[in-house]
Amino acid sequence: MTTHAFEIARHDLMVERRAKETLTVVVPFGLAALIALPMAIGVDLPLISRIGPAAYWSTALLFGMQIAWRQSVADTGPNRDLITLLGVSPVSRFWGRTAASAVLLIAFMLLLGVAAILLFSPELPLTPWLLLIILTFGLGLAMISTLAADITSGLSGRAPLASVLVVPLALPLLVGAAQAVESLTRGSGILAWLLMLVAVEIVLAVAGTLAARPLEEAVR
Amino acid sequence: MATNHRPVNLLQTPPPGFAVSRPKVGCWGDTEPLFPPPANEVSVGGVATKWRRGRREVTVAGRLIHLRAMSPILTLNDIEVLFGNVPVVASASCVVESGQCLGIQGPNGSGKTTLLRVMATLLKPTSGKGFILDADLATPQVDEVRRRIGLSGHLPALSDHLTLRENLEFVARISDRSQTRVIEVLEMVGLAGAADRFAERCSHGMRKRADLARLFMTEPDLLLLDEPHAGLDSSATPLVAALVHRTIQKGGAAVLVSHDPTTMVDLADQHMTLRTGVLSQ
Repeated sequence: MTTHAFEIARHDLMVERRAKETLTVVVPFGLAALIALPMAIGVDLPLISRIGPAAYWSTALLFGMQIAWRQSVADTGPNRDLITLLGVSPVSRFWGRTAASAVLLIAFMLLLGVAAILLFSPELPLTPWLLLIILTFGLGLAMISTLAADITSGLSGRAPLASVLVVPLALPLLVGAAQAVESLTRGSGILAWLLMLVAVEIVLAVAGTLAARPLEEAVR
Repeated sequence: MATNHRPVNLLQTPPPGFAVSRPKVGCWGDTEPLFPPPANEVSVGGVATKWRRGRREVTVAGRLIHLRAMSPILTLNDIEVLFGNVPVVASASCVVESGQCLGIQGPNGSGKTTLLRVMATLLKPTSGKGFILDADLATPQVDEVRRRIGLSGHLPALSDHLTLRENLEFVARISDRSQTRVIEVLEMVGLAGAADRFAERCSHGMRKRADLARLFMTEPDLLLLDEPHAGLDSSATPLVAALVHRTIQKGGAAVLVSHDPTTMVDLADQHMTLRTGVLSQ
């Protein structure tokens, strides 16, 4: 199962490396959205610094889900059939696609993070905890997006439906990550928020694993 | 229980309807269960056999032998598939034995592709009973046999942004095939020169050839081809025949569906027609 998941992830990342959709579509638009905000606010530097983390997490959520979404669009019927007939279990497929999306999402979020620090100059201690928060958020969002893509697969109005599904499901992640960073800035403990993020991820991992097979059967 | 004194013959020549599988001493091989499950003790070819742990076995000269029934590769019994309330396949029954090739002919929209997807275990029938490679279509057993099914549909299963070689290497890795087989099969279908070309830059015919190369590599026991000659030039047509022959020669079976019966005349040894969802001789 692990080998199959690894191969699926490797395949998806290889396709992305060639298609460059994340690099040419999601990253420029995400950065543009982040740049537009301080420009719209003007020269109120303390306000820009204060809202920086919020702008970062919102942009990461809205543009990040596009990454997983774009990957699922490339997952055509014949390719799905092929993977099924090669004996790849739906669970391996879910984890493989989640892993590929998580790698892309985390890379996107790190790039976005550098841009946010340069643009907003937030008073943020750059500790390994920050990296851990980004990793956790990226993995969670990847799981939600993969699940949403599977749920809406084969539906005619899947694009808006997937967005409607992802945003509410990602709210606990958004709250957990934003509050963890806020606590980090204030110098207070972040353990409670990290535990919340981990708990949400465990729920998502169990849900994704259990739902993988019924969802694949439903698509057929 | 009656026995005779011809145990050695059983090792060399299995009785009618049975095959000897992996004769190992004291070892449970991964033989397939008899289909349907039989009574506990019966005589096969005059030799007493026992049904144990889901298999029929006999001990001959101290050697444990598993006997495997030569059951059909594919059995469909009154299969019906509804899309909403519309019966896309109304009634389909057929049996394809090992070494056989079934050709199904029918006009556009008659349900050929849907029926092929049922055979590929990709679509569950609304009603009816089916066994593919001994697995009941209605049970999770089908997961175990999917690796032994090869399907080539209307659209080749290729990732556009990967080269033909990379597409096949992905299949080879997943199906535990040697990477060296990739170039061999690409040569076999006349695509060695285009191995590093991106799939999106290949013509439909080249993509179909690559799809055939995948099936040459995975060597399925049940080969399912949907309009196999569509988009192929005359030089590629023999590839379909070679693939079918190779499959049935190694004891597998093939099912071809096409709207054009002339393309299947030489290949299929059993012909059926599908009209408005009804499969008939």
